[in-house]
Order: sequence, then structure tokens, then C-alpha cells
Amino acid sequence: MRGAKIALVFVYILFLMLPIYWLLNMSFKTTNEILGGFSWYPQEFTLASYKTIFTDSTWYNGYINSLTYVLMNTVISVSLALPAAYAFSRYRFLGDKHLFFWLLSNRMAPPAVFVLPFVELYSALNLFDTPFAVALAHCLFNVPLAVWILEGFMSGVPREVDETAYIDGYSFPRFFIKIFMPLIAAGIGVTAFFCFMFSWVEMLLAKNLTSVAAKPIVAVMTRTASTAGYELGLLAAAGALTLIPGVIVIWFVRKHIAKGFALGRV
Amino acid sequence: MITKTVNQKAWFLVLPVLLIVALNAIIPLMTVVNYSVQDTFSPGVFFFEGTKWYKDVLSSPRFHGALGRQFLYTAIILAIEIPLGVLVALAMPRKGPWVSVCLVLMALPLLIPWNVVGAMWNIFALPDIGLLGYGLNWLGFDYNYTQQPVSAWMTVVLMDVWHWTSLVVLLAYAGLSSIPDAYYQAAKIDGASSFAVFRYIQLPKMKRVLIIALLLRFMDSFMVYTEPFVLTGGGPGNSTTFLSIDLVKAAIGEFNLGIAAAMSILYFLMTLLVCWVFYTAMMRGEES
Repeated sequence: MRGAKIALVFVYILFLMLPIYWLLNMSFKTTNEILGGFSWYPQEFTLASYKTIFTDSTWYNGYINSLTYVLMNTVISVSLALPAAYAFSRYRFLGDKHLFFWLLSNRMAPPAVFVLPFVELYSALNLFDTPFAVALAHCLFNVPLAVWILEGFMSGVPREVDETAYIDGYSFPRFFIKIFMPLIAAGIGVTAFFCFMFSWVEMLLAKNLTSVAAKPIVAVMTRTASTAGYELGLLAAAGALTLIPGVIVIWFVRKHIAKGFALGRV
Repeated sequence: MITKTVNQKAWFLVLPVLLIVALNAIIPLMTVVNYSVQDTFSPGVFFFEGTKWYKDVLSSPRFHGALGRQFLYTAIILAIEIPLGVLVALAMPRKGPWVSVCLVLMALPLLIPWNVVGAMWNIFALPDIGLLGYGLNWLGFDYNYTQQPVSAWMTVVLMDVWHWTSLVVLLAYAGLSSIPDAYYQAAKIDGASSFAVFRYIQLPKMKRVLIIALLLRFMDSFMVYTEPFVLTGGGPGNSTTFLSIDLVKAAIGEFNLGIAAAMSILYFLMTLLVCWVFYTAMMRGEES
């Protein structure tokens, strides 16, 4: 029984790692070798693809652009969602339940529906091709998600905490920043993680809301795939590099990840 | 359970969120609604068309095809990922240094940009140079996802299982780790079988997170676009053209704004309806 369990987890993780191994494997090959045939590991190990990415400004700017809008979006989403989540977790007010569902329903809107209107909207606001456009557009699904997660964590904090603070003469902003936020620090971390994750992996909106100046890495990759005659080695290296931010953030929240994925509702 | 006090001033706390989501949701949605009832022959000149586009969409075999494929895809995805995710979560160690390692490794696919996932599988599954394609052909299967619809479907489904099962695992695991050890000890004393432990202790504790998992997996698989698009481009033929892919094709590829907009509205309403049912069920479960 125990052996079977370990085997299942092992096989599952192996299954997850194989495509990633293949990506890394290719990123260290030359494009000729990749197209030349099947091989388990690079015959002529090369770092040339990585070198190109780190020296060509189109490539590394792609990463910088992506990280810029992702970080902006994370900051906007979390800071706006904090007071809203507090309101939902502590108070009843006119239309609260409907509002909550309406917010969530935006997490359900297929991005494909919004591509065209978003381009028009952000062009009209003069934000097209800036990181702001993507950061704000990603708020469509990240803000509701942030409210949802934070509300879960906040509901786990007893109301007495609030009441004691008010009796001690704390004003609302001071109470919120000095007492309440440290109590849900793990929840804030997990929320930031989720916002980062969903903004980082989304590409349909990011690609269509930018053209030259703020082009995200995913768009740079698509271009390479289509015009430069399918440079597989380069594409694989660029893909492998997109794994790094994810690995870093996940390492930071690894202790809270299980609870975080339950959106604080366990 | 926290008792909530009535306080209408709470609206001020919600206002910033309301404004930013409204900017992103209501204005674009109104644009789509506008397009869906109008036709244009030159920029800036629009004619009211009423429900023409809706009738066109609802009677077009192309839409029916995409819709059918979409439901089939979502059904297969849910049928594989939910049970598999629960199984893996049950098999995970509950304590010790391996837990973090497992969780981090499992979460990895979730953090890869979606088009990189598509590109990765695109190469991984190639019959001549990809591990999966080469391996399957070496085992004697006739497999080529760029030519055969069945292979393409298999690849698209396998990719989604690879990409998203971990989300179910992590959610289910979160539910499991909230069960106090005392429950298991009591079950042991009673001599409960492992199935009984699962049925009467683990499953009820996981219920809430599993509903979240089901909700998230339904929503995301129903609006899947990037990964299958990068992997197969919707082909061979139309065999893996799901709703979102068809929609973007109509809107940006063919510039059929009216059709695309009407499709968008129908698509959004369908997602909304299903999610409302889920959400109501979830809230009811939470209140009781």
C-alpha cells in the first residue's frame, strides 16, 4: 500500500518533469542538432541560445516588459483588494452577495471575448502599447481572485481582534495596517503569488495590447517562431528562462502553498 | 462563523475594486453588445441589425461544431483531472521534508506561460524529434498529431492533464491536511477500512475545496485558448478548434465583428450560467 502510494507520486512527478526535461535538453542543443534527429541528451552541448537572449535587447527587453506589467498588476490587485475583502468579510451591505458574484463572474469571462474591445478601450485611453494597459487589463481576472482569496483568509481572523483594537482607540487605517495586515501576512503573500502567476502566464491579452515598446516575452517568442525560420534552440532557451520567475515565487510561498490553493477556505 | 454587522459605509471600501473591474468589464462588454446588434460597411458607419447575428450564429454548423468539441473537451478534462488529482493527493506524504519538494515540483507546470506550455508540447510530441511522439511510434503506435485528429485530441488532453492536474492535487491536499490526526486514530481504533476512512473522513473534508477545484477547472478549460492554439492551431482541419479559438479566428482573423460579438455574448452567458449553478451550490453547502 505504502509502496504503491510512493510509486504513484513518483510516476506523476516524472510525467510532469519529462516535457520540462525535453525543453531544457533542447535549449542546450544547436537548432541543427534538434532538427537532425532524436537524442536523449545534447551531443554538442552549447550555451549559444542563452547567450543570444542575454545579449539581444529585443529578447531581454521582452522579459523586462513582462515582469514590469506583472509586478504592477500584482501591486494594484492586492492593494485594491485588501479593503474590499475586509468589507466582504466583516460587513453586510446593500447588494453585497450580488456584488461578490458579479466580481467573480469576471474571473469567468473568456479573455477571447475581451481582446477586441480591450484594444479599443486602451487605445482610447492612450495606454495602448504600455505596461499599464496590460497591468490594468489583467485586473479583470486578478482583482476578483485577490478579493476571493483575501476574504477567505480574513474570515479566519476572529472579530474580537477588530473590536479590541477599536476599544484601544485605533483608527481604522492604523488598525488595518498595524494590526490586521500582519495577521494575514501569509494570505497577502499567497494572494500576491496568485496574481503574479495568472498575470505571468496569460498571453492573449498581453500580446494584443502591446505592439513594439512594451512587447512581452511571449510575443517576442511568437515572432521568432514565425519569422526567423523556426529557431528551435532559441525558442527552447527562451521558454526555459520563463520558468525561473515561477520557481522563485513558488519557493517563497512553499510553506503556505497548500492552504493558499484552497483560497484560505480550509 | 463570523457574525457580520450591517454597515452601508462598507461600500466605500469596495469602491476602488468596483471601479477598476467596471472599467475592464462593463465598457468592453457594452462594446461587444454594440457590435453584436450592428453591421458596418465602412469605419464609423453602423447599421442596426437586431438579432440577425445571433440567429446566424445559433444556426451555423461551425458554431455547433466548436460548441460540441468544447463540451466534450471540458467533460474529458474534468473526468480525468479530478479523480487523478484526488488520488495523487491521497498518496502524498503528509509530513516531512518531501512534502515541500513534492508541492514545488507539482506546482511548476502551473507557473509556465501558457504559450510556452503549448510550444513545449508542440515539440515534445513531434514524431521525429519529440520524446512523446518518438516514444509512441517506437512502441508501435501510429501517432502523428499534426495529421490525425485522434492523435491531436489525445495530445491536447494529455497536455491539459499535465498542465492542470496539479491544481486539483494542491487543492485536495489542502483539504486533507486540515484533518486532525485524532480522526485517523479514532478510525484506526474502530478498525475502519481505508475505503471507509476515505468515504467518511477524507471526502467530506475535501468537499469544499473539490468544489472550488471543479469550478476553476470548468471555467479555465471552458475558455481554453492559448495552449491548444499553439499546439495544433485548431487542426488538423477543425478537429481541435474550441470555442475561444473559433472566436478569435472570427474576430481577428476574418474580422467578422458582428458574428464574433454575438458568439462572445452567447459564450459568456453559458459560462456565467454554469458558474452560477456551481456558486449557488457552493454557498448553500457553506451555509449549512
